Amino acid sequence: MRAVQSAFGAALLDPRRAPPLSLTRTGGRPSERRFAVYRNNVAVGLIGALETRFPAIRMIVGEECFTGLARAYALAHPPTSPIMATFGDGFADFLRDAPGLEELDYLPDVARLEAARTRAYHAADAAPVAASDFAALDLRRLEATAVALHPSVEIVRSSAPVVTIWAMNAGEAALGPIEDWAAEDAMVCRPEMVVETRRLPPGGADFLDALGRGATLGAAMRLARRDARFDLAQNLTGLIGSGLAVRLGRPTDRSAA
Amino acid sequence: MIASTLPRAAGVGFKPEHFASLIKAGFAGFLEVHAENYMGAGGPPHTMLSALRREHALSVHGVGLSIGGAEPLDRAHLARLRALCDRYEPESFSEHLAWSTHEGAFLNDLLPLPYTQETLARVAAHVDETQEALGRRMLLENPATYVTFAESEIPETEFLAEIARRTGCGLLLDVNNVFVSATNHGTDALAYLDRFPLAEVGEIHLAGHDAQSDEAGRPLLIDSHGSPVADPVWALYAQVLERVGPVASLIEWDNDVPDLPTLAAEAARAQSMLDRAARVLAA
Repeated sequence: MRAVQSAFGAALLDPRRAPPLSLTRTGGRPSERRFAVYRNNVAVGLIGALETRFPAIRMIVGEECFTGLARAYALAHPPTSPIMATFGDGFADFLRDAPGLEELDYLPDVARLEAARTRAYHAADAAPVAASDFAALDLRRLEATAVALHPSVEIVRSSAPVVTIWAMNAGEAALGPIEDWAAEDAMVCRPEMVVETRRLPPGGADFLDALGRGATLGAAMRLARRDARFDLAQNLTGLIGSGLAVRLGRPTDRSAA
Repeated sequence: MIASTLPRAAGVGFKPEHFASLIKAGFAGFLEVHAENYMGAGGPPHTMLSALRREHALSVHGVGLSIGGAEPLDRAHLARLRALCDRYEPESFSEHLAWSTHEGAFLNDLLPLPYTQETLARVAAHVDETQEALGRRMLLENPATYVTFAESEIPETEFLAEIARRTGCGLLLDVNNVFVSATNHGTDALAYLDRFPLAEVGEIHLAGHDAQSDEAGRPLLIDSHGSPVADPVWALYAQVLERVGPVASLIEWDNDVPDLPTLAAEAARAQSMLDRAARVLAA
């Protein structure tokens, strides 16, 4: 049983291998075309999972190129879990090392952003902190307060305009030349039922990363202020206003406090 | 422990794009979901399923357990299935007589196995383990196959009957799979039904298939779930209902998914046949 399945499985993932010899024969040989149905199902299924997860990458490189990349990735790194939403977590790294894509050096960052969007879609739900809780907060203790972020929040840092590129290729913004090719950091989140992708203001990525690690507002602010343009009020309002602060309390990360 | 308490009515596979229409227009039948699509922690999948669960009977259909695999079952996956069943308390849980893992890789397809005493013992052990882990009986589905194995020594119908006898599991009879496999292997679909342990059937699947041919020019049907149920499959379904009376019957449409009214029309056709079967039974 193990030998039959091993030969079958190996031939599915390696198109150069012949179908296993134990298949019923017609005219002396197992039917290639019949075995090919399984090969095709496996390839189409895995490529389809990546198409669903990385629509902007597909738009950027074109359908034919994407299918080739997805097939190569699927055969080299087949999923290890039956939960297909997790398939493709390593696609960004694969794109970084794929030959012929050197000019599109922003591609891995866009893929990281899209991978984060799927994780955000399936992330745990959490209710935001009520406005009254913020109002009741002792301002003198604000610096020592930790803010737990919604479980869906992920930061994607990029030296390219990753949010602009993603938006243009995901149908969120009109496709056009990017006049100001500047670094952008993205926040992916799903405060309620809709996954959002936002461009973070200067210092925002450091600020949110620190809060995500359990640092206090004071510590997160000091880190973020390494960028002189960091604006605490703007970042805090963005966080609270969009329902991404889900708990206020004592710091959990002593090293960052 | 009962294998399935689904209503003896028609149902459809739930697709997220139909959620708004389902809530707004309503749908009388039961719903089926693929277990692996509801294994995240939260978000829209669980929000939608929770809302639908309040109004509909539910079938949870696994596609990733690899019950027919030579390798041991994935304990972590069994635990996820248990959690899902505990959360939604579905009227039925079903899986496939197929395998899908190879040396740690999940191949995302339902692959065929030879039917031997060895594979029979292995599948029965896996069904036992699954039922034990879930604390419930399950339904096991007959596969659509494109190849057969020289090693096979037990007819598929007998294999399934013996699994049901040894484990107490019920069976999910996929009528499209019966037609696809019989056509592909040049056997008689009606004769397959004659030998199938119909008394164990807790659910029926109906779906569309594609028609191709192999290099010898013989018909090669593909279980593609991307089109309406074909006429000969409806005819075969009528034969099944004539023999067993009404059974929960699901329209599967997973690719090129149509709008809800198109899907509901397929379900309505099944429902009218179920109604007729119920009248015959009452007469």
